Amino acid sequence: MMERKRRSPNAVGAPIRKKDAEALVTGKPVYTADIAPKDCLCVKLLRSPHAHAMIESIDVSRAKAAPGVACVLTWEDVPQVRFTQAGQTYPELSPHDRLILDRHLRCVGDPVAIVAAQTERQALAAMKLIRVRYSVLPAVLDAREAMDNPVVLHPEEDWRALVPCGADNRRNLVAQGVESDGDVDAELAACDVVLEREYATRANQQAMMETFRTFARTDAYGRLEIVSSTQIPFHVRRIVATALQIQPSRVRVVKPRIGGGFGAKQTAVSEVYPAIVALKTGKPAMLVFTREESMTVSSPRHAMRMRVRLGAMRDGTIRAIDLHTLSNSGAYGEHGPTTVGLSGHKSIPLYTHSLRAFRFAWDVVYTNTMSAGAYRGYGATQGLFAVESAVNELAHELGMDPIALRERNMVREGEVMPAYYGETAASCAVDRCLARAKEMIGWEEKYPARTLENGHIRAVGAALAMQGSGIAGVDTGAVSIRLGEDGCYNMSIGATDMGTGCDTILAQIAAQSLDCPVESISVHGVDTDASPYDCGSYASSTTYVTGMAVVKTCEVLREKITRAGATLLGCDVREAEFEGDGVRAPDGALMPLGEIAAQSMTAQTGELSACVANGSPVSPPPFMAGCAEIDYDPETGEVKVVDYAGVVDCGTVVNPNLARVQTEGAILQGIGMTLTERPEVDARGRTVSNSFMQYKLPTRLDVGSIRVAFEPSYEQTGPFGAKSIGECVINTPAPAICEAIYNACGVRVRELPVTPEKLLLGVRT
Amino acid sequence: MTIEFTLNGQPVSAQAQADDSLYTVLRALNIASVKCGCETTNCGLCTVHMNGRAVLSCSVPAPRAAGQQVVTLEGLQEQAKEFGGYLADEGAEQCGFCAPGLIMNVLALAKENPHATDAEADAYLAGNLCRCSGYMGQRRAIRRYLDALAARESGEVRA
Repeated sequence: MMERKRRSPNAVGAPIRKKDAEALVTGKPVYTADIAPKDCLCVKLLRSPHAHAMIESIDVSRAKAAPGVACVLTWEDVPQVRFTQAGQTYPELSPHDRLILDRHLRCVGDPVAIVAAQTERQALAAMKLIRVRYSVLPAVLDAREAMDNPVVLHPEEDWRALVPCGADNRRNLVAQGVESDGDVDAELAACDVVLEREYATRANQQAMMETFRTFARTDAYGRLEIVSSTQIPFHVRRIVATALQIQPSRVRVVKPRIGGGFGAKQTAVSEVYPAIVALKTGKPAMLVFTREESMTVSSPRHAMRMRVRLGAMRDGTIRAIDLHTLSNSGAYGEHGPTTVGLSGHKSIPLYTHSLRAFRFAWDVVYTNTMSAGAYRGYGATQGLFAVESAVNELAHELGMDPIALRERNMVREGEVMPAYYGETAASCAVDRCLARAKEMIGWEEKYPARTLENGHIRAVGAALAMQGSGIAGVDTGAVSIRLGEDGCYNMSIGATDMGTGCDTILAQIAAQSLDCPVESISVHGVDTDASPYDCGSYASSTTYVTGMAVVKTCEVLREKITRAGATLLGCDVREAEFEGDGVRAPDGALMPLGEIAAQSMTAQTGELSACVANGSPVSPPPFMAGCAEIDYDPETGEVKVVDYAGVVDCGTVVNPNLARVQTEGAILQGIGMTLTERPEVDARGRTVSNSFMQYKLPTRLDVGSIRVAFEPSYEQTGPFGAKSIGECVINTPAPAICEAIYNACGVRVRELPVTPEKLLLGVRT
Repeated sequence: MTIEFTLNGQPVSAQAQADDSLYTVLRALNIASVKCGCETTNCGLCTVHMNGRAVLSCSVPAPRAAGQQVVTLEGLQEQAKEFGGYLADEGAEQCGFCAPGLIMNVLALAKENPHATDAEADAYLAGNLCRCSGYMGQRRAIRRYLDALAARESGEVRA
């Protein structure tokens, strides 16, 4: 596509700084709360102390009369139309099961009233004056008891599933389904070895450093302007409009810099509350979630319980996988029907090479716990923990090296994957990833374990992973690029940089396409009034889906610039050539880009701009191999990851620095999920892991080294061969570490997190 | 009450309630670099210097700042750019929300223990949480920064 001689250095593949780096490292006011109007009302939410209750009565008269209070809202003050906070393309698979405020409270923390006052102190003081009488109902806290339980979370008549996905509110079912290829029961019956195991993961928190926050105000046109720390500005526009029952065109959403998302902000967790306050009062209003709120009423990973049946022959050929996933969606259905799919779709296809049959079945249920959402990996992390752990267990059962077992069975480039929508692994270097990871960790010398002089045991474990690149046939991103009078470009995108660096990566793709320095591409982040439509940054879509939109937009713009240049040169457009810094005529004359740009601002050639949307009929998987080396202390049961080798095939690496940091950061999140983070819900349904004191994020002392390498394939449908990276890279630590732990002490942990107690008790029994 | 202290070299006078933290007062004074990440004094995002030492501004009662020298990242822009450059060259600033607190603590480390090993730096900075980077890029950036400071210092000594 771009094989002609370049004048500017290659932008794709360059390890350049992020465009916003200097503002971020000098502490500039660029985040939501930094740019909020100083006179914003402070919005606070009175929250349910009960896991399941009805509001019998609520008296807000004293709160309304308290000093500084601008408004107090209850369920009687909000539109009675259900919506979902899930940031998904309409019609969402997530059921419309929420009101802004509801009489029926379905989890601890469900909002009971909205209070807005001039100061935070006043809002908190007023909140204490609200008198609520609750009728407490029996609660369903265990996902295994939810389906067909007499306690129904969503008995309401106006509960709606917009897309058929097996949902049935009368059965506490958010989704249910099964798919298969081949005769899995017959294949399992014919296998020499059939392993049946159950694995479970918990509701881990994304724990981005910036909690959920939004401010809203009405503008000069009487429209509602929302500035929010969100991954999904365009979905927020629709969600808020639906919740408030106003026209989407009356809502504008702006995304400033975001202090991390990891999927948490793919749900409109905080937006509707300040929005309704701004609309009701006409005053600007801001809601900043406390860390406690962010840990207890947010959008964590779906806790899943997975039963795997894995069938193989004695020679190590894996023939059948039967997976059942039970997913806990919590009190509401956000991302419930979709996350569960990835637990099978992103795990089973890894073994396409030898697999003869598979079955994947799922149930997603409501319980009276915090509603789950989207967390990096989005179900794949859970499914890969189960399937990759089962493959490791199979290796021991067969007396094989787990890496050799994978080499025998893993998917190869060019193979059709029946368990992945029948897509072909057109770009796949998972074999190279595994070989390199094995070499990096020193597998031959270290497998399975050795005892150090201090009595500690060092052991290794491995796992594979895959993900997707955008949602095939659904995700779309448009990009608009205009030529400015200085011969530089203004690029507007609707994709949301949340620290990942997509503003920079997309500029690199544009610079490569337009043969100019990256500095010549200015990027404008998201404003739904000004940016072209983009579904948002999630589902590993941005580099692949929006990146290809950049390529397509640049192709159209190059053509337009060439045409304008030819007109000014007085030559035939078919003979003129775009050269990055201008357009050249066949006689060698160059019309500089700046001159073409200047003329484009007269009546001579017209504005030079292009806007093209992109979507993809396929979702090419990135792949990864991870090897963990752990240190196990038999005295205390403590485990520390001393070294982690991660090798990634994300197709072409657009920015090696940013790709490496994505991988290092995700691996540590995976380590945290496995070893340090313990989401806990008590017998009354309260999330007790409600702060960074109880929920321990890994610190820099909790990991030795994380080493990352790339084994790129080339994805023909991606921009310059790129696939995705952000999510795939969180998936290997849990199964790899649990395997290393087994090799160290013989205890197989099938329910995360790993704790010293589990290991010491396991060793004793 | 009114609290008077020196902020980034300038005398300031701030209104505060007795139970306000220095963090609250700084934000009210439009010091945007100072962030709050946890409310339980264990994320490091609100780190500032008080009388030359790194402190968590969320854990300093505002009245205790009276008469003290308080420095935030706004007052150390050149140093922020220099170390921040190493961070940016690794891509390790990522979302940037923890960067000001980290940088304030790295600058304190560079002053207290300029020849810190990686392990010493990790221990010093253990209270600075980061959810994006996995700390490896930060570790590389800190090494390069401390090495550059040491090289500059030995150059100055030789000259």
